[in-house]
Amino acid sequence: MKAPAFDYTRPRTLAEVFALLREHGDDARLLAGGQTLLATLNMRLSEPRLLIDITGLPGLADIAVREGRLHVGALATHSAIEASALVAEHAPLLAMAAPHIAHRAIRNSGTWGGSIAYGDPAAEWPCCLVALDGRVHVQGPGGARQIAAVDFFQDLYTTALQPDEVVTGACVPVAARGNWFGFDELSRRHGDYAVAGLAVAAHFDGGVATRVNLGFLGVGATPVRARRAEALLAGKVLDAAAIEIAATALKAELDPVGDLTSGADTKRHLATVLLRRLLGAAQASRSALAA
Amino acid sequence: MAEQHTIQLTVNGSACSRSVQPRRHLVDFLRQDLGLTGSHLGCEHGVCGACTVELDGHIVRGCLTLAVQAQGRSVRTIEGLSADGDVADLQQAFIRHNALQCGFCTPGMVMAAKELLEKRPQATRAEVREWMSGNYCRCTGYHAIVDAICETLASRSAQAAQAAA
Repeated sequence: MKAPAFDYTRPRTLAEVFALLREHGDDARLLAGGQTLLATLNMRLSEPRLLIDITGLPGLADIAVREGRLHVGALATHSAIEASALVAEHAPLLAMAAPHIAHRAIRNSGTWGGSIAYGDPAAEWPCCLVALDGRVHVQGPGGARQIAAVDFFQDLYTTALQPDEVVTGACVPVAARGNWFGFDELSRRHGDYAVAGLAVAAHFDGGVATRVNLGFLGVGATPVRARRAEALLAGKVLDAAAIEIAATALKAELDPVGDLTSGADTKRHLATVLLRRLLGAAQASRSALAA
Repeated sequence: MAEQHTIQLTVNGSACSRSVQPRRHLVDFLRQDLGLTGSHLGCEHGVCGACTVELDGHIVRGCLTLAVQAQGRSVRTIEGLSADGDVADLQQAFIRHNALQCGFCTPGMVMAAKELLEKRPQATRAEVREWMSGNYCRCTGYHAIVDAICETLASRSAQAAQAAA
């Protein structure tokens, strides 16, 4: 189908964006990569009067390390993140997750900030941010603020972003010695919406996992942290027994909603499959280091 | 009625200027305003890949790109890519392997494979399948398409090795 008619403008400053949002309110939508928005317009799921193309705003596509954190600007494309040497060095989890996002042609247009602002619970970046204890940077007419990712994603496609605010980027702590990261997801076709996915950000002291952050996608209304399973893993050697105890706890802890192809029980089961795979890989890599 | 926008862009190496409605996506613009009908529209919501074109050197979904977003930028379609001869070897491999039947998906397949040949010259068969997973074909079952791409990767690698020797 064809999109309904709308007006289009491409401001050059955030101040202009704020003025346009104030003037047009809910009739306006921000356009960045457009890989979700334009599909929803073509399907007429949404009929905004005005698209505000923010890709002309300067400086918002930068990727940089500042004060112990890797900052990724909202307009950085998925492909730019995938190819970034800084990301590979300082936030390897993001480099691992990037190839799972849709397909190459979509990754060339879609943006970091768009994925975060949309807040899809099956999306990769929100899940990684939650696993990494990242922070989302937003700006409004009243100034800038940072919101912890775990607080930013509030409900299905619902975030802490206010109607007059724009996501300008997000940051994660830079990887440190002893960190281990893993990402995997299960989908019907590579690049399709995942049935379930898992981002692991762990820290090891010798053979002991002192911290294991588990961020799941596709199993709730938001990306979710499995806090009870995490607590059972902290301070443990990730042997088969420890992983099984965590997997059992995880099944009880997750409360997924089924989708078209997979019921809640399937998703719960697949979450434990991912947990076993990734924690098994973490343990194998620590054992290899020790040997 | 929404305001018309005048856009200036480069299409297959030639400068062009047209007045478009903001709702006009890039493939409708190419097909209907410029008569470049090699880029196809399948699903029109970013799933099938038939509309794949190059924008500033990178493949994009033509149905998820507005013509107004191409203002000041450079577009290359299957017509331009074929004329440039950059993928003549790939196109011959498609023919040899019967990698097309109805041909509807083929321009998108060739555009997507072009970026793979450039960006991942060492790609394995599994990586080729992953890369091409964003393009649907309803005839071939993909095997022949993947064969054609893998053969082109191998022959380009062999040529590069020969040139280096």
